[in-house]
Parts: sequence; C-alpha cells; structure tokens
Amino acid sequence: MANLTLVQAINLALVQEMEADERVMVLGEDVGKNGGVFRVTEGLQERFGEDRVVDTPLAESGIMGSSIGLAVGGMRPVAEIQFEGFLGPAYDQLVNHAARYRTRSRGAVTVPLTVRVPVGGGIHAPELHSDSPEAIYAHTPGLKVVMPASPYDAKGLLISAIRDPDPVIYFEPKRIYRAFREEVPEDEYTIPIGKAKVVEEGEHVTVVSWGAMVVDCLKAMDELPEDLSVELIDLRTIYPLDIDCIVESVKKTGRCVVVHEAPKTAGYGAEITAQVMEHCFLHLEAPVQRVAGFDTFMPYYKLELEYLPSVERIAEAIGACAAY
Amino acid sequence: MSTATADKDARTKSRKRPSAELPDKTLVGWLRDMMLIREFEIRTMQAYSNAKIGGFCHVYIGQEALAVGTIGSVNPDDPVITAYRDHGHALARGMDPGACMAEMYGKITGCAKGKGGSMHMFDKPNHLYGGHGIVGAQTPLGAGLAFAAKYEHEVMGKGGKKVALCYLGDGALNQGALHEAMNLAGLMGLPVIYIVENNGYSMGTSIGRGTTMSEDLTKKADAYGILGATIDGMDILNLYDHFKPIVDTCREESRPAFIDMKTYRYHGHSMSDPQKYRTKDEVEGVKQRDSIELLAAYLMDDRKAITEDDRKAIDKEVKAIVRDAMKFAEESPVPDVDAELYSDVYVNPSPGCSPIREYVKGAKNPLL
Ligand SMILES: Cc1ncc(C[n+]2csc(CCOP(=O)(O)OP(=O)(O)O)c2C)c(N)n1
Ligand SMILES: [Mg+2]
Repeated sequence: MANLTLVQAINLALVQEMEADERVMVLGEDVGKNGGVFRVTEGLQERFGEDRVVDTPLAESGIMGSSIGLAVGGMRPVAEIQFEGFLGPAYDQLVNHAARYRTRSRGAVTVPLTVRVPVGGGIHAPELHSDSPEAIYAHTPGLKVVMPASPYDAKGLLISAIRDPDPVIYFEPKRIYRAFREEVPEDEYTIPIGKAKVVEEGEHVTVVSWGAMVVDCLKAMDELPEDLSVELIDLRTIYPLDIDCIVESVKKTGRCVVVHEAPKTAGYGAEITAQVMEHCFLHLEAPVQRVAGFDTFMPYYKLELEYLPSVERIAEAIGACAAY
Repeated sequence: MSTATADKDARTKSRKRPSAELPDKTLVGWLRDMMLIREFEIRTMQAYSNAKIGGFCHVYIGQEALAVGTIGSVNPDDPVITAYRDHGHALARGMDPGACMAEMYGKITGCAKGKGGSMHMFDKPNHLYGGHGIVGAQTPLGAGLAFAAKYEHEVMGKGGKKVALCYLGDGALNQGALHEAMNLAGLMGLPVIYIVENNGYSMGTSIGRGTTMSEDLTKKADAYGILGATIDGMDILNLYDHFKPIVDTCREESRPAFIDMKTYRYHGHSMSDPQKYRTKDEVEGVKQRDSIELLAAYLMDDRKAITEDDRKAIDKEVKAIVRDAMKFAEESPVPDVDAELYSDVYVNPSPGCSPIREYVKGAKNPLL
C-alpha cells in the first residue's frame, strides 16, 4: 500500500495493466519521452518501450482515429488528449466512430478504447484548457464517461475502463492531480463503471457531485451547522448514471443539490434533476438545486475563481435547500 | 566559413537585393522592433516568475526576426492570424505594449480585456485576428480571411488586393486542418501565405519525430499544388529578400504559398519545460547567429547606418517602453466580475439565452 496522488495512481494503473496485458498500449503527444504534459505517463516508455508507449504527432483526429482502429484490430489502446479543449479536433472520430462503430456494424465490431483527458478549471489556465465537457459525451450514446475524485478510485476506475469492451472517456480532474494523497493498494482491484459512491452518509440533504467538485463539496459541508446532516454522493461514473444510488438517498433525505463545474444550462445536472423528479417526486421536500458554472466560457486567471462554484455557493445552496 | 560571413559575402555581392533598396529608417525600425520584442519577453518571463502572469505563457525569444520581417513585408491592412506564441506578432503588428502586457496580467486594459491571457492577442484595428490556442485551427481561418479579401476585391469591387499571413508552428504541420486549408486555398486561388515558424520542436517532439519530409517541407506545398519555399528566418535581410517577392506574387496573382521558415526558440516551450529533448550546446550554437546581433552588425558595420551609441539609445528606449507597459499593467484594474463574467459572448443576446443571468455589454475593448 502506498500513499499516492491522483497522478501516481493513474500511472500505477497503467503500469499494472500494461504488465498484465500485452495488448494495452499508450498513445499521445509527448506521452513517451517527455512523460506527458502532466507527467502522468512518466517512466512508461522506459519501462515498456516505444512500441507500446507511442509518441504521436500533434494530431488529435489522427490519435483518436488510429486508436479506434487499434481497438477494432484487437488492441487495448489508451489514448491521451492533453487537455479537454483538444477533443475538438478529435470529436468526429470519437462521436461519429468510436461511439457508433458497434451500432453501425450491428454488433459485429466493438471498440475497447480508453481516452484519458485532463478536465476542468482551477489551475489558472485559459479557455480550452479549463472546460468541463462531460455532458456532451454523456449525451452521446455508445460512450461511457467516468471521472474519479480520489487516487483510490482513479486506479480502480482506470483498470475497469481499460478492460471495458466499450469506449470509455476517462476524465482526470486536473485541479486535484496533486492536491492530496491517499492509500492506494498495490494489489489489483477495480471500481466498477456505473457505480456511484456515498462519500459521507447523512439524513437531511443529498448532494451529488463528481470530479474536483467533490472536494469542494466536502469543504462546504464543513461550513454548515453541525446539526445539518448531508449525504454526499460522488458519481465516479457520469454515464451510465447510477440513478439507484441517488434515488435511494433522496428518498431518505427528500432534498437534493447537484454540484458541477460545467455551465448550468443543459449541463449534466439537468439530467440528474429530471431523473430525481421522475423517481422521487412524492418524496421531494424542496426543488432540486443546481450549483454550476455560468453559461459562458471559463475566463482567465483573475475571474476564474468567480466562475467555479465556490465553497460558499455550495454551502449556501445546501442551506437553502434544507431550509426550503 | 561561418554562415554569418557567408551571408555577409552574399550581401555585398548583390546590390540588387530587395532589402538593399530599403531605407535605413526601415531597417533601424526593424532592429528596434526586434529589440522591443526581446525586452518585452524577458520581462514577461520575470513577471511570470513573480506570479504577476498566470496560466500558460509562451515567449518568442529567438524568433523575433520572423514576425518583424514577415509583417514588415506586407501592408498594414493585410490580415494576420497566428497561434498561441503570439506576443511577437502583436508587437510587430503595432499593438500597444501596455495592452499586450495587461492582457497577460489579466487586467481589463488588456487587448482581450484581461479575460484571455498570453494566447489571446487580438488587435482588430491593426488587422491581427488572434492568438489561437488550438494548434492548427487558425489555418482554415487564415484561408477564410484571404477569401474575404479576395471576394471584397473581385466580387464587390472594393479595396485593393490583399494577402493574408497565417502563421503556424512546425507541430501544426501534422493537424488535419492545415491540409484541408492548403488544398482549399490552392483550389480556389486564395491569397494566403502559410508561414511555418519552424523552430524544430513541437513541445518535446523534434520535427523529424513528428512530421514526414521534415528536411524538405516544400514537398507538402507541392502536394497541394501551391507555391513553396524554404527561408532562413534568423537573418531578417535574407528573409525579406526571399519573402517579399513571394508576397508580391501571391497578392498580384491571388494565389497561396507555404513557407518553411527556419527559426529557433531559445527558451522552453512554456514556462515549465525541463527541456530534456535538446542539449544546452544546441541552444548555445544557435544563439551564435542571433537575429538581433546579425541585423545590428549589418547596420553598424556594413551600412554604417547606426553607431554603437545609437544601438544603446534604442536599447534604452525599448527598456523604457516595456517598463511603462508593466507599470500600466500593474496599475490597471482587474475585470469587474458582474460586468465581465457575462459579457462578450453574444453581440445580440436574446433574453433567456441563459436562465441564470442576462448577458451584459461589459466594458468596451480598449483597442477598439
Ligand atoms: C489541438 C491541440 N493539441 C495540442 C495542444 C497542446 N500544445 C500546445 S503548443 C503544442 C506544441 C506546438 O508546437 P509548434 O506548433 O511547433 O509551435 P511552437 O510551440 O514551436 O511555437 C502543443 C502540443 C494544443 N494547444 N492544441
Ligand atoms: Mg515548433
């Protein structure tokens, strides 16, 4: 058992999966010699060689498309896109091909692809390096979308993603890449895709979040009065949604707050809110609240923290929901 | 014989070189602009280390002759578009250094109102259309700018013949967008010049590891049936001599070109780059042919246009300009949250565009 950061946990998962399965490959810009922009793939090329840890040209469409081809051809590629904004050039391959290959071939061809993508704001980066586009991909049938919020989950989820027979986007919340450490077992374990986690149990309000926002939700809970008991759910998998976990909790609390970094309008919070309404209507004591980013682009630097849902905004929403 | 002396010999031999026709004033202006960019970037790096500048920051040191020489070869109203290593282009195009620095400081007086940062250099009055962070994405945009100019001139009968400059790094050679753009420009005869700022590296990937035919990139131009050339971008006179005729041709005949312009960045890719991919010797070697030194030596020793003292005076002048720019940036206010988080998204937002808040006008762009 080692005390690891999120980055180290991801690296460990990659090492172990590459050791266990020769079909697992890593591809991306500067992932080999340089170890990746965030040093997530550090040491992999030394260990597994240039055939398995492939430095590609600067070409996201090419990276994504050829990884799809590799997957179809029997390999288990793990492609890295350096920042979520660069999914733009890869979008056609991802959405029009990875997501639809199985359907298009009516079950004949499947795409066991993992795409690793750093996501989210809070590192003083500009637009295109700070976005949270998970809803776009959750809205695309055929893709699975996961986002760990802790080193332990990061390792287990990545192993599941690599082994999954369908294409999985593995979003890495870059703000907490090195924010804290956690005990991560050396031994093999997996976190199932599609299973949320109750981070803290509570009675009065259910808070649903994912990625780096989970950490801020925990901070917000510290700000609340002692007698307000909050149940915090970390989705871990965005899609498929573990609605059972949420429903069970909301039936108990009668109140729900969804917290995410992405713009509010048509964000994933809207889907969760709708499903809670569908499943828990008669249990609800208050309208579901959403704490989210604004409907604009992540501004640079001095305004960045105003954009991100703050601990205060989250605490306020939880308080308001409880008091409704 | 060193390359520098070879260049000098060539220079004295042919008096007919286009750069030989340029008045002293122009060349001294170029020297000043190159020195301004260098000083600006040195101070940018300091400001970054002092946490005055956040985010990502890519400096232009080493490549100064390229932006100054190419922009010096076109008209002030020819459209220019580039990628994210853009401070040099902004200054060469005439952006107020204060607006450039303030942008990086995240201040409202910046050219993008302090909401963009280092990669967002826009100066519409000076026909600079960015500053773009998606590598390669600016290349079809450059074709479009050329298309608009051509359309305006040929179809609407307005304006003169223009040529668009579209810069890209060697890493951008590998993006699909460029290849679509080059084909389109070739097919439609668009007056756009793709200038590959070939500094040999795309982050940690040397050009040979990232692209085919790296020894002769003009083959990529051949593939699309457009004019191609390789030009040394460190010697600004040589650059002008070879580049200016291409500009004239593209403008006159309305056709695209693709230039492999050799240059070098002295510093890391961004402010956090351990530079494991190259040796100190390599960097020091290139610095022996520094573009500012080459031009200064020519102006002092060959043309006798300036003296050592004149050079010192220019140095003093650019230092003062940059000092003022930093002071301006430092003292400028940060964007107002209420006005600026929700502005500049739509020209004409309908109510209900966002149920959270209404979009607002915000402050006027300081360069407009
Ligand atoms: C589509 C896209 N992919 C990746 C990046 C990350 N990135 C930023 S700069 C860069 C290297 C670009 O090198 P080059 O085009 O040679 O320009 P230079 O830095 O040398 O000026 C990379 C990979 C990006 N900004 N956009
Ligand atoms: Mg380069």
